Amino acid sequence: MELTPGLYHMLFLSSALFFIGVYGFFTRRNLVTMLMSIELILNSVNLNFIAFNKYLWPGQLDGLFFTLFIIAIAAAEAAVAIAIIINLYRCHKSVDVEEARNLKY
Amino acid sequence: MGASTIIFYLLAAITLGSALLSVSTRNIFRAAIYLLFTLIGIAGIYFWMAYDFIAAVQIIVYAGGISVLIIFSIFLTQQAGELLPVQHTRRKLFSFLAAVIAFILIIMQLIDYAFVPVGQGSEGPTVMEIGQAMMGLGVGGYALAFEVISILLLAAMVACIVIAIRQKPDPLPAEETDTITIESGNTWN
Repeated sequence: MELTPGLYHMLFLSSALFFIGVYGFFTRRNLVTMLMSIELILNSVNLNFIAFNKYLWPGQLDGLFFTLFIIAIAAAEAAVAIAIIINLYRCHKSVDVEEARNLKY
Repeated sequence: MGASTIIFYLLAAITLGSALLSVSTRNIFRAAIYLLFTLIGIAGIYFWMAYDFIAAVQIIVYAGGISVLIIFSIFLTQQAGELLPVQHTRRKLFSFLAAVIAFILIIMQLIDYAFVPVGQGSEGPTVMEIGQAMMGLGVGGYALAFEVISILLLAAMVACIVIAIRQKPDPLPAEETDTITIESGNTWN
């Protein structure tokens, strides 16, 4: 295992970040913190795309554009999720997933 | 071991450490701040890889936009200073085991698979190349995806307003309206 950072270091870092996000998604029961875990997972995927683009296909831009579009979609997803969370809080006075049993108001 | 290597390990340590703290702390506001540090660490790694444009987008959209959005949603939905409830040890244990076992599985697959890196120190793309490809119509152009994303963002914006809008109170009977309208601006709050 060489010390100079390369593709494998990036992949290790992004998979560690991914599973930290998965652990948070499993253990948290609060919708806002679950959303934070999802952001971690999306960021690890972005890191993967950029690492593959840099080390395996330098000179091409496809990984970069995938990352850009993932960032845009993640922003839209976060905004909609927070709107839903605020609406849920208004109805139930709680954002705990265990207490949100009924989808209908 | 050059300075570049040390900077990479420092950035990776900041990213992973604050990610771990973010999913494990019981203070939700601190979790959001640790998430902010994680996002900035990832932006630093993009800078380290010489992908300046993506790093700037990461800082603007994630560190600037989404983290502020999350912090505001915490202010709107949580009691300030209240700790999150303690989770069951069993749930924590099994989540930890699932994550660690899957992580080990992925790492074993990674080590087995022989990627052939092309270049080690290649320069990142310039902003002009990115712009021309993003607006390009020919081979390797992303104009259609760009337009689709803009429609998606517009739809998401409309959806946010529709979902989060406060329901108006029931309309008043016709004979009472002219007396109430003056103070109706206050009653909606």
